[in-house]
Amino acid sequence: MSRCMGTRFRRLPGLILAVLGLVIMGFGIYRGEMAVVLEKAVNICMECVGIG
Amino acid sequence: MDKEKKGWKRHGVQALWALLTNSYLAGFARGKIYQGKLKNLCVPGLNCYSCPGALGACPIGAVQAVIGSWNFKLAFYAAGFLMFVGALAGRFVCGWLCPFGLIQDLLHKIPFPEKIGTFRGDRLLRKLKYVILIVFVILLPMFLVDVLGQGAPYFCKLICPAGTLEGGIPLVLLNESMRSALGWLYAWKNVLLLITIVLSVMIYRPFCKYICPLGAVYSVFNPISVFRYRVDEKKCTGCGICAKVCGMQVDPAENANHPECIRCGACKKSCPVKAIH
Ligand code: SF4
Ligand code: SF4
Repeated sequence: MSRCMGTRFRRLPGLILAVLGLVIMGFGIYRGEMAVVLEKAVNICMECVGIG
Repeated sequence: MDKEKKGWKRHGVQALWALLTNSYLAGFARGKIYQGKLKNLCVPGLNCYSCPGALGACPIGAVQAVIGSWNFKLAFYAAGFLMFVGALAGRFVCGWLCPFGLIQDLLHKIPFPEKIGTFRGDRLLRKLKYVILIVFVILLPMFLVDVLGQGAPYFCKLICPAGTLEGGIPLVLLNESMRSALGWLYAWKNVLLLITIVLSVMIYRPFCKYICPLGAVYSVFNPISVFRYRVDEKKCTGCGICAKVCGMQVDPAENANHPECIRCGACKKSCPVKAIH
């Protein structure tokens, strides 16, 4: 029982941060950042390739 | 033998994930990249979005793209994604879901007379990935900008060997027009790739240990991530076998959730008393 509780508490910070991560992600999507990511990802990235 | 088999089971998962997320085969045939909506989404591992097969966006590329754009500067979407994945799984992603991790794993299977475990300065050199994250992924794209206020993705441009291997080489081979545009930068990136390949044969995952900014991000979450290891102190005899088998030079009996642990599971399998859970 106590080990169970211990495990749960050990996992709490991770769970809280995961939820916070989702909220931050949502804020970024709301600001329209996804469009920038898409724009970059669907065009050949010259820097990645090593040309530009 | 059984342990060997289980090692290959992990490589099977890595390969399956790499294939799934890079399954736009038409891209390899035509020398083009996938341009559909899925590219809105980041993948968890280091996977160049200019790989002809890539279906998703590289999170480190995404961070730099948004930071370097003239109107945003702070990358909440990609940073939140990294926080979400990191908080749930930490560097489990490195051990199981990163195509460039798989490539290094396979390269390290090539026999070499003196494989290098650790060396003087190893611990210090591991901090380099944090410097690369801060300087090349965040500060340079944010502050080294052109007249329009746009910063280049400096990690992709000057360092990333995954981009060269997954995007640069196939696209250049498949496109005549690109071949005519090659210059010193392409040569430099190929030299870095070659060094990475040679070192990967000698040292286990040198890119992950010393260079990768994505590994640096996930490593910060390792000690608190939901998926984590635990050593049963009552069972552990302190034999040290787990530390000996660890390619990342972690001693799980001392710290089972060390920032360098990629959750490959080698220690867990080797423990004679099954003390690692
Ligand atoms: S450290 Fe980087 S390259 Fe290595 S497995 Fe993790 S994300 Fe992939
Ligand atoms: S501590 Fe264990 S799971 Fe982590 S990298 Fe080492 S062998 Fe793999």
